[in-house]
Amino acid sequence: MAFILIFITAIFVNNVVLSQFLGICPFLGVSKKIETASGMGAAVAFVLTIATIVTYLLQKFVLDAFGLQYLQTIAFILVIAALVQMVEIILKKVSPALYQSLGVFLPLITTNCCILGVAIIVAQGTYATYGIEPNLLTGIVYAFSTAIGFALAMVIFAGIREQLDLVEVPAGMKGTAIALVSAGLLAMAFMGFSGVDGGLKVLFGL
Amino acid sequence: MNNFKILLNGIIKENPTFVLLLGMCPTLGTTSSAINGMSMGLATTAVLIFSNFLISLIKNLIPDMVRIPSYIVVIASLVTILQMVLQAYVPDVYDTLGLFIPLIVVNCIILGRAEAFAAKNGPIPSIFDGIGIGLGFTLGLTTLGAVREFLGSGKIFNFEIFPESYGMLVFVLAPGAFLALGYLIAIVNKLKA
Repeated sequence: MAFILIFITAIFVNNVVLSQFLGICPFLGVSKKIETASGMGAAVAFVLTIATIVTYLLQKFVLDAFGLQYLQTIAFILVIAALVQMVEIILKKVSPALYQSLGVFLPLITTNCCILGVAIIVAQGTYATYGIEPNLLTGIVYAFSTAIGFALAMVIFAGIREQLDLVEVPAGMKGTAIALVSAGLLAMAFMGFSGVDGGLKVLFGL
Repeated sequence: MNNFKILLNGIIKENPTFVLLLGMCPTLGTTSSAINGMSMGLATTAVLIFSNFLISLIKNLIPDMVRIPSYIVVIASLVTILQMVLQAYVPDVYDTLGLFIPLIVVNCIILGRAEAFAAKNGPIPSIFDGIGIGLGFTLGLTTLGAVREFLGSGKIFNFEIFPESYGMLVFVLAPGAFLALGYLIAIVNKLKA
């Protein structure tokens, strides 16, 4: 039950893009078409889950064990950069079809702040509210749910932008300005989910 | 191009927030008030000045192949130092900015300036570029923070202008960040045209 709570909270209540402001660059940058948006979403889901597992183990067994917590930022960003490269190479060899569809987005992911952000959140255990214990398993569930939330926000937003192309927009509002305003309205819609986590907690008796 | 021009270029012509549209995550995430926006801007400026300076010094020592990873290591080290300094001397700022301090590493402005300016110019112009772009970013964040704080709670820099109960709370929350920045960019576009 705790897993369902983490899942729903991370996707709807604390959506990574629309309420935590992580990963705004790809959210605004590659959301012009639904296909590219879902490709980016899938690539992020893939890398985010793997990166969280690796950085969590690194934090527990290397940084914490040897008292090197101050190296967290440097170690994590290097691991993420190396991981993205590795995933790209392995994917090219093992599954050329998947590589074809995710390939273009992989190099962009290193500088996507939701990867480093979520890795740090999981390592610090700050996602663990409502008596959920911060451990590897809940961390993975949290990271995966966050990635789903990211993909969902990307796809919905891309859908809105495809429609926006067909309407007349005032000259000054063209481009990023109107995109940001629509993102604001989307964020407002997601605000409607606030409180759902509290309700679920009561429902599940946590 | 003289140093003064480089400085102004960063603040006005290539303003990272309103013109280049870089570094959107901290721009939206830390501007719930003018003072928060300004602290984030100044923290980024500090990293940017030092990273530009160091990278312009070592640019000839780094082989082209490992250029980007080396820049990232330099930037990540500077961010770690900044994190420790903030934690030691201004714990309040450290607590408000929270997760966004380590995330300065992946702020595209810093890596962007390293690649676009510091890798091609000497140390002194690079420092001026860092100051210019940094101040431009700070200006953008402070403006956005002031607008959100004013509309949301009737204050600017904690100075009350109208009672808080008349404020539109949504501007302090997440959707307000998108809306306020969207309209600010529209105003800048209108002024440029």
